[in-house]
This record gives sequence, C-alpha cells and structure tokens, in this order.
Amino acid sequence: MTTHPLQNNAAVRTHPVLRGLITGAWLGWQIESNWAQPFLFAIYAVARPVASALIIVVMYNVITNGATQEPLFAYIFLGNALYILVSNVVNGISWAVIDDREHYRMAKQLHTAPMSYYAYLMGRGAARIAIGTISTVITILFGLVAFQLPIQWAAVDWPLFIVSTAFGLLAMQGIGLILGALTMQLPQNMWFIGEGAVAAFFIISGAIFPLDVLPAFVRPLGFFYPVTYWLELARRALLGSFYPAFPTLAAYDNTTLLIALIALSLTIFGGSYAIYRWSLHLAKEKGRLDMETSY
Amino acid sequence: MSVITERTPAAPTAPPISGSIRSTERVHKATGASLFWRGMWARAYPRLIGTQRDVGWLVSETLLPLLATFAYVYVYIATGAPQEYIGFAVMGGTATAFWLNILWSMASQLYWDKDDGNLELYVISPAPLTSILMGMAVGGFVMAATRGFSILIIGSLLFSVSYEIANLPLLLAVFFFTMAALYGMGMMMASIFLAAGREAWHLSNMLQEPIYLASGMYFPVKALGALAATVSSALPLTLGIDAIRQLIFDNQTDIGWLPPETSLLLLIGLSVLFIAGAHFSLKWLEMIGRREGRLIERRK
Repeated sequence: MTTHPLQNNAAVRTHPVLRGLITGAWLGWQIESNWAQPFLFAIYAVARPVASALIIVVMYNVITNGATQEPLFAYIFLGNALYILVSNVVNGISWAVIDDREHYRMAKQLHTAPMSYYAYLMGRGAARIAIGTISTVITILFGLVAFQLPIQWAAVDWPLFIVSTAFGLLAMQGIGLILGALTMQLPQNMWFIGEGAVAAFFIISGAIFPLDVLPAFVRPLGFFYPVTYWLELARRALLGSFYPAFPTLAAYDNTTLLIALIALSLTIFGGSYAIYRWSLHLAKEKGRLDMETSY
Repeated sequence: MSVITERTPAAPTAPPISGSIRSTERVHKATGASLFWRGMWARAYPRLIGTQRDVGWLVSETLLPLLATFAYVYVYIATGAPQEYIGFAVMGGTATAFWLNILWSMASQLYWDKDDGNLELYVISPAPLTSILMGMAVGGFVMAATRGFSILIIGSLLFSVSYEIANLPLLLAVFFFTMAALYGMGMMMASIFLAAGREAWHLSNMLQEPIYLASGMYFPVKALGALAATVSSALPLTLGIDAIRQLIFDNQTDIGWLPPETSLLLLIGLSVLFIAGAHFSLKWLEMIGRREGRLIERRK
C-alpha cells in the first residue's frame, strides 16, 4: 500500500490527532476500494443501494398501483437513499475495530503507534462517508431518472442542505465512534453492535415511514436521534419546504429542527470521546484490546 | 545373549508377539459412506453445540433480521396495505435468516477457514471435502432454522398475522426442497468464494439486498414483471417463497407467480443441480488449488 502525500506533511507527522485522522481515512479508503478491479467495485457501490431502494419502490408500487408522483413516494425514496450514508458511517466505524482486531490482527500496532486511535477511527469513518456519499448520490440520480423525483436543482435550499448535512455527519461520526468504542470491549458477537444499532435506528429515524405509525412508547426515541432531524431537513432542502412532509415534524420550522440537530450532534460527538476513554480503559482491564477470537 | 537379556529386561506390559507385528487391538477406520457420514457430523458438531453454548448468539442473530422486518412491516402499515402484506414481510424476514446463513456461514466459510488455517486441516484429513461442506450445511440449517422460526413466531404475534395452510404435505415438500436447493447453492458458492479470495467478503455483502429484491422476499415476485420473475426463478428462494406464500395465506393464489406444484418440480431439479454442482466445483477448485499451490495460501 502506498502512503498518501499528506501523511508526509510535516504538520501531520508531528501531530498525533492529524496523523491518526489522515492515516485512518487513507487506510479506510484503500481497504474499501482497493480489493477489486474498478469495474467490480463500481458494481458493488451501485448494486446494493439501488437494490435496497428498489425493494421499497416495488413494495410501494404494489400497494399504491404505481403512484410514484405522490409526495409520500419522494419522501420515502429520499429517506431511504440518505440513510445509506448513515448505515455506512455508523456501522463502518465499529467494523473498523473488528477488522483491525480480528481480521488484520493489527490492533496492538495501532494502539502503540504514535497517533490518536480515536482520531484514527474518525478517519476510518471519513472513508466510509466517501463510500456512502457515492452510493447515496447514485441512488438519488437513479430516482431522478427512473421515477422523476421532484428535485429542482435551482430551487434546492443549498445552505440548509449543507449546514444540516455537516451536523448530520458530525452526529453520525459521534454515534459510530460510540459504537466503535463499545465494540472494543466485546469478546463475542461484536459485529452485532453496529449492525443492530443501524437496524434499530432505521426504525426510529422516520426514513421510510413517519414515526406516527410506530407504537406510542417507541415514538419518543426518534426525537432523541439526531438523524431524524437531519433526514427531515435534507428532504425539505432538496424537495422545497412547500413540499408536504411526513406529519411527525410538519409542525416545526426549519430553524427549530436545525437547532435540535445541532444540539444533539454536539452532545453526542462530545460524549463519544468520554465513552471512548472509558471503553478503552475497560478493554485494557479485561485484556480485550487485541483479543483474537476468530468468532 | 543371556547377559544382554539381564541388563535390558523386556517391558513388563509388552504383549506377546504372535504372527504379525501389532502391539494393540486393530482400530476400526471409517471408509466410504461411513467416513462421509462421520465427517459430516464432525463438521456440523461445532455449529450445533456452539449455538447451545452461546445464547447471546441467538438473541443477536434473531434480533437483527427482526428489526429489518419491522421496518418493512411499517412501510406497509404507512401505505395502508392489506393485512396479508404484513404477513409477507414477516415471511420475508424469516427467509432472510436462511439467506444470510447461506452467504455468511456457507459461501464465505471456506474462505474464513483458509484464513484461520482450518482448510489445510480439512484437506489433510481422510474425510472428503464434500462431507465437510455437507456438515456445514446441516449445522448451518439448524442455526438458520432457529433464527428463522423465532422471527416468524415473534413477528406473527406482534403484528397479528394469521395463516391458513391449504395443503400441508405440499407445504412441507416445498420447504424441504427449497432448503435442499438453497444449501446446495451455498455449498457450490463456498468453492466459488474460496476462489474469489479476499473479494469473498464483498461478494457476500453485494448479494444481500439484490437477492432480497430479485427473490421477492418482501413483496410478491410477480410484481417484478414476467421477465424478471422468470430470471429470478433460478434462485430457490424465489420459487420457495412464492409457493409457500400461496400455501399459507388464504385466497392468495392471484399473487402467485407459479402454481406451487410447478415450483416444487423446479425446486427438485435445482436441488439436484446445485448439490452436483457443489461436488464438481469443489473437486475442480481442489485440483486447481493443488496444482498452483494456492489451496492453503493466505495472502489472497
């Protein structure tokens, strides 16, 4: 594997956080993209997200007799497409911990290298953001071509989209880092933590159905999940705020939703470092930091 | 001679030698079908016993497809779908358990085994490699069935799904041959994934959602159109799910792609095809691997 020119930059070489971040991002990208011929990688990057979107489309079409011009369809399709990014980042960081420990067996080397492992995990998350962005963009473009999603590029509220996405990504990184930190402590079934969280969060995020259809005792959980607000804001920004929304957050304006997103994102990202320190300590105590179980 | 005997007395427990040189009783070694049978159960053993030793596994492996199933159920609820579609989604979640088992515990398994150093032990043991694959399938089926039926029961209870079995013998026959064809396919894929090397991981990932889509796990496969449904019928899951749906939900013959009897015949054919394919592809891969020295090489 070649190194990225940035890794030889003097500032990066002397700063453990920058070094960890750049190394993690570069290594993550190499692992994700360097395993196959570009053509096979392109199929891989397209096949899963498009198939995942098409499952929802076919289900919707079977029930509504193909009413893809209905506002509900655009909301469901975009929610599903944007959530690809969430599952990539949130699940990706905990998988990075498992990969390094179990598959590549280099946890010891990473923890003893002169870099911040927390920043390194953030870098691995950044690589997953890149992969997830490719898949998300492809899926949205597919929706535009195949189902004429009502996105008018000139009418898109770009400032709202960019700001909400920046904080949405911060929240995803924070959640991913928390799950990655917890993964360090687990000796068995460690892969479940990321996959399970992504699946559970999908239900409470309002990505493909409004939270109102959930049982009353589950619904409030969605309001503590920052991705719920990001998905709503991103859909409003892309489709136009005049576009009918899922009823759950329809009563709230963009500013209120943005404040909720920023507050939750900063809290989760800040908390992720504390949880990481605590988990690292426990993983060392229990001797699980470089445990190879072949489980 | 007598002096030597005094200085080096014979071991007191040594049995008297009569006829041929043999110090212990003859060990019975399994051969042929008996060896295959024992090899199969030896490979199935860790999967069967492992599931009992780690209850956490059952929770994690059941909960994950269950959560995914919930998401699809709520899409149907949000779009005002009839109640039987919720049953379709629950059944889709059950089928997911089997397909994930095929991908991650069958197709990718020989690659993991190579990576962990187990494959070389399989190759040098007297048991045929096909018996190892069959053992993986038997153990894997028990694992997947535990998960699948847990999902079916929990999902059905939570969302009040009701079933009406029209023809029990036909239903059991369809289920049996769906599993036979599916695990035969998994055994065949194990050889192909082993040849794929480190791409196996990504291949397994790539074959999740596209297969959910192609096989109509969460919706009637007929909705894909005649051409797509015909192509998808090469997958045992497509035929199995379609037939089982028609047999367990009342008045659902109009959503069916093929009559259940036709699906059963096709599934029998696919079972034979995939199991034979697994045998020959493994032989081929073993021959290539030995010739090129890559059978136990772990770099790729």
